[in-house]
Amino acid sequence: MSNEPQDEKWTLVLAPRRGWFDLRLGEIWRYRELILLFVRRDFIASFKQTILGPLWFFVQPVLTTIIFTIVFGGLAGLAPDGPPKALFYLTGIVSWGYFAECLTKTAGTFVTNASIFGKVYFPRIVLPVSVVISGLMRFLVQFVLLLGVWIYYLATDAAFQPRYELLALIPVLLLISAGLGLGFGIIISSVTTKYRDLQQLVGFGVQLLMYLSPVIFPMAKLSEKWQHVIMLNPMSAVIEYMRAAFLGTTGENPMYLLYSAGFMLVLLFGGLLLFNRVERTFIDTV
Amino acid sequence: MSDVVIRVENLSKRYRLGGIGARSLADDVSRMWARMKGAEDPLLKIGAKNDRLQLASKGHVWVLDKLSFDIHRGEVVGIIGKNGAGKSTLLKILSRVTGPTAGEVKIKGRIASLLEVGTGFHPELTGRENVFLNGAIMGMSKNEIRKKFDEILDFSGIGGYIDTPVKRYSSGMYVRLAFAVAAYLEPEILIIDEVLAVGDAEFQKKALGKMESVSKNEGRTVLFVSHSMSAVQALCSRCIMLEQGKVALDGLPRPVVDHYLNGGLGESVFGTVGADYPRNQYHPGMLRIRAVDLLGSDGNRIETLRYHERMRVRITLDVEKPLNDVIVALTAGNELEENILFASSADRRNDPPLVLQTGEQVIEMEINQQLQPGSYFTGIMLWDKNGYPYDALRRFGRFFVEDFGDNDRYYRWKSRIGMVNPDTTVKLLT
Repeated sequence: MSNEPQDEKWTLVLAPRRGWFDLRLGEIWRYRELILLFVRRDFIASFKQTILGPLWFFVQPVLTTIIFTIVFGGLAGLAPDGPPKALFYLTGIVSWGYFAECLTKTAGTFVTNASIFGKVYFPRIVLPVSVVISGLMRFLVQFVLLLGVWIYYLATDAAFQPRYELLALIPVLLLISAGLGLGFGIIISSVTTKYRDLQQLVGFGVQLLMYLSPVIFPMAKLSEKWQHVIMLNPMSAVIEYMRAAFLGTTGENPMYLLYSAGFMLVLLFGGLLLFNRVERTFIDTV
Repeated sequence: MSDVVIRVENLSKRYRLGGIGARSLADDVSRMWARMKGAEDPLLKIGAKNDRLQLASKGHVWVLDKLSFDIHRGEVVGIIGKNGAGKSTLLKILSRVTGPTAGEVKIKGRIASLLEVGTGFHPELTGRENVFLNGAIMGMSKNEIRKKFDEILDFSGIGGYIDTPVKRYSSGMYVRLAFAVAAYLEPEILIIDEVLAVGDAEFQKKALGKMESVSKNEGRTVLFVSHSMSAVQALCSRCIMLEQGKVALDGLPRPVVDHYLNGGLGESVFGTVGADYPRNQYHPGMLRIRAVDLLGSDGNRIETLRYHERMRVRITLDVEKPLNDVIVALTAGNELEENILFASSADRRNDPPLVLQTGEQVIEMEINQQLQPGSYFTGIMLWDKNGYPYDALRRFGRFFVEDFGDNDRYYRWKSRIGMVNPDTTVKLLT
């Protein structure tokens, strides 16, 4: 075939190996309609035949907050002095929740969608991206809850002073959480196509990671050495900034936020490389 | 050639046999080690053949083995082969579900694949929502789907159920809706796996008709895997037969299909009837067919007839009791077990029955066959006057009717249409 003229224009060449950096991120944009339809599907499908519908999004953070307030705030005495305990925990739980949701749901991308992936091609990254956006919807509902509780406490309890200027950082914090969740998630999903072991670890691992973050305790109560250890968790800075904005705590540090952002970028890029590598033939090993 | 839309070059695909697990980690490590040393992948050895019956315990199998072919614009190509010949793997690679192990595929134009109808249908969503979702998964834009929505709905025949969740659909309705979406995909290349096996007869016909019009009227290329030989013959302009991951035959549908079916059925030759050959005897112990032979004009045994050559069949009988009401009949059937030709000793109104004496009796039939080129099986029957068989053999000898020659362009269409090709005279009357 090599003696033929080179003016042949192929739309697509399928070859055994594709470059590591041939990420085709443009395809995400081309398939934006599909992403939105997946988001819609997830949203509709999870509330068909329920009475409360999206109100179920409230249940989990509310119950968790009550439990944390009683166990860690009351019995263990871990809550800080000053801001209301319920608000302290709710802020942490809602911020952590989005990251955890992104991570756990994207971690199963290949395995749970094997039946679709085995039948039709579309850029595989479309699915985890749609999960992250679905998660954002859920987060927004919970965020409204957080705002409601926050405003209630502002009106009735003046024991804390929010740092309103930091509220502007919330989109950045969300972006970092989403990127971290997605990055961890797609790495795990890529690896689990062959070795399922990691799947067993995901739920447990996320929980473990939560205890290594300031969700249940204020940074101020730790020794400086332990503060550094906890801050190695890239989600710690995000939670500290959320708390600083809403509750006026002072645990935040721009260096740590930069560390989180950098961690997120490296993780996400590495995740995309790996995901891209695996997506072409995972169906043979899944 | 500028109109090649798919070029497959040395395409190979290897699968691992058995479990994928602990062993795969060891494989991965040895492979990485080899690559670091700059050596060849130790597990990538071409040679282990894809044969289900004698799989090497090597742990790997080449499902596709250096496959090469070109597909041109507007062709409708049927891909046939036994289970495990590599058909589905080939379609999977072409539709980008999985990647090749070696070799390359080049594609020109938008490609859509239908390895399954209703991919991504979610049971909780309504028919309408699923049409949009499924369309988007298949690569249609929202606007395209919106424009064609009424046609899709109409084609599916779902009607008022469109706003009901699909989990409440019957399986037939589900498939109808799913296929309707697929039918309105408008890719330049359409890849279809055996998806028409479901749905009722009316809908299957509609679906096949739609595929045909897509290729004929709109010049699209269709690749079609099927076990339905009649669908392949009816729809395709070309047929590729795969065997153990290789192209065994590539050409016009009819000869390829014939070859495929013969391969699967084993040998069936003229001559002496074996002792255990299945017979249909209503009056046992009266007579037995000993041998059936097809004869050429010189009296020698043959298996191949020239186009329109008269057919001479000699039937040797062992008669136990004298009989005076025997009718002999012969059928020629195609590979699909449809009888194309029937000839008997009682075709005319006043044909007398045969009178047979005990001992060996030999009957010769001479038939003015006008069959299309192809391969046929004969059936031999000896009946009493009421049509009850003294002895009958189904699908006994196989014979061929030769075509007119490969280079004859005339043949290309002539041998595809119909089954009987009578002598015809054409006069121009002005």
